[in-house]
Amino acid sequence: MTGDIPAAALLESPTMKTVEVDSLSKTFAVADKQPGLAGTLSHFVKRKYRMIQAVKDVSFSIEPGEIVGFLGPNGAGKTTTLKMLTGLIHPTAGQVRVLGQTPFKRKPDLLRQITLVMGQKQQMIWDLPPSESLRVNAAVYGVPDNEAKRRIDELAEMLSIGDELTRPVRKLSLGERMKCELMAALLHHPRVLFLDEPTLGLDVNAQTAVRNFLREYNRQHGASILLTSHYMADITALCDRVVMIHKGGLIYDGSLAGIVDRFAPFREVKVELANDADHDTMKRYAEVESIDGRAARLLVKRDALTKTVDRLLAEQDVTDLTVTDPPIEEVIGRVFDGGSPDNPSVDSGSDIDAEPSAG
Amino acid sequence: MTQLPSQPAVGWPRKLRVLFSVHYAEMFEYRAEIALWAVATMQPLIMMGVWAQAGESGLFPFSQVEVFRYFIAVFLIRQVTIVWTIHHFEFLIVSGRLSPLLLHPIDPCIRFILLHLGEQWTRLPFAAAIIGLFMYLYPQTLTGGADGAAWWPGIGNILLAVVACHTAFLLRFFMQYALCMAAFWHERVAAMDAVLFLPYMFLSGLIIPFEAIPETFREVLLWTPFPYMVWFPATLLVHGEVPLLRGFLTMFAWATVFFILYRYLWHKGLKHYSAMGA
Repeated sequence: MTGDIPAAALLESPTMKTVEVDSLSKTFAVADKQPGLAGTLSHFVKRKYRMIQAVKDVSFSIEPGEIVGFLGPNGAGKTTTLKMLTGLIHPTAGQVRVLGQTPFKRKPDLLRQITLVMGQKQQMIWDLPPSESLRVNAAVYGVPDNEAKRRIDELAEMLSIGDELTRPVRKLSLGERMKCELMAALLHHPRVLFLDEPTLGLDVNAQTAVRNFLREYNRQHGASILLTSHYMADITALCDRVVMIHKGGLIYDGSLAGIVDRFAPFREVKVELANDADHDTMKRYAEVESIDGRAARLLVKRDALTKTVDRLLAEQDVTDLTVTDPPIEEVIGRVFDGGSPDNPSVDSGSDIDAEPSAG
Repeated sequence: MTQLPSQPAVGWPRKLRVLFSVHYAEMFEYRAEIALWAVATMQPLIMMGVWAQAGESGLFPFSQVEVFRYFIAVFLIRQVTIVWTIHHFEFLIVSGRLSPLLLHPIDPCIRFILLHLGEQWTRLPFAAAIIGLFMYLYPQTLTGGADGAAWWPGIGNILLAVVACHTAFLLRFFMQYALCMAAFWHERVAAMDAVLFLPYMFLSGLIIPFEAIPETFREVLLWTPFPYMVWFPATLLVHGEVPLLRGFLTMFAWATVFFILYRYLWHKGLKHYSAMGA
């Protein structure tokens, strides 16, 4: 294993990856307690621990300036991975390098170059205006007064926030607080952003503002971003590449568009008939997603697409027909609903393999 | 595209100044609560009445005025050496709020100390008001009464008391902060401090004057950290007799022991930290 490389040295090593994760695993010991008095007593006398593998052998890397979506259902291991990438927790096995350094050594040189935004965990001081927390961040990250003021003005403009900076944090709305959290997290101009649900609970306008802001920040500063979100709109708006984990294991690493090819071996056929569509009739052609009056939405296996469309046109009075890929949210949802990366609910035949993809 | 230098352009004096001013502002928001805490820590003034009576009986080697002065000094020392970091730290661990602090390139311990200083500055005016009221009611404390000398410990003693007071605060802080580290393994640790408060209360001079303790036991106590947390700086303020060099050396030695213990447990604890709640 090589020694840590000062983060500043990366400026002279443009070929080095910003984040390198190799066979990363994290196991937690969790005490199980049965309900009732007997459970309480046995929990006290003879505690039983269960090992939970939150992250299993995950490997991926992020290039400088890249925005990567990090997807997975609740409990998949996303936040645990982010905590290891930022050095908050130590991995059980495997290696992590961020800007050439080992994060859990918590070297100030690295901490000045990264940030982590966790939607629910504020770093704002609750009873003071955000401007005070920003002063603290400017001081601890070593940003001079005049430069801090310039950056605050710049960030405030990008996030459309102004008067809110002088009102106590407790009096701000969730969206306003989230914008202030972002300002605090980015005041030191980090080169690597780890964002865990940055738009959670925000209204549509605030979500859009945050997305635009992140895109602009990435463009201006060339920062690398790893973003988790349950809102697919965040992912589709910002990320060309996604990494998917499920039950702690990596199941996909590649382009956003590639998810459909890999996990959805079917296409969506929207057909409009001259008369009302009948469910039983449509079922003869393919899986029926929905029927609304004369319009029907069918899911057709790719290898049967031509034959099915031919049959529809020949046997039904079709006035309109379109073939599209199914919505990406639906595809991802089906993969996660499957219960296991080895066994997603999509009837995919051999298209999905159990091995982590190198992407 | 903007790139930044990795080295900070701001020195420690400015960092500490900003952190102190913000934490003072934060504590000032809780001024009403802090005023009540100042009132709630008046045990020394209550004990003063008991020991003044005892002094009058001739069983103990101190007069009523000396007892008044000692416990006023104890009350003042107590106001600037109160440490509550274990409750704060427990909250940070249980709620997951420690994580953002760990991502800052500055040890959270520094912020916790400054938070306490901010609280002390908020508390001091209220404590001064309570002392002023007492002096108004019992002016002999200041004047010494009909045949006594006025209370003036001398500038040297005042300076020594200020240093002793700050050292006592750091000693108490690091003692409690070392205990805080247990929160990495067992989240609820504030109760441990309640246990530690017992010897602090009885052996520090907070409610029992040192002179009222048997001499043999007193000698043993002088090897422990407790007398230096209250009795030592308070006695300097009332111009009493203290083992000056031994006192400061023992304080520094214990503060160093607790500091080293905290640093050791901190590194161990961070490996155990699960950043729960996040």
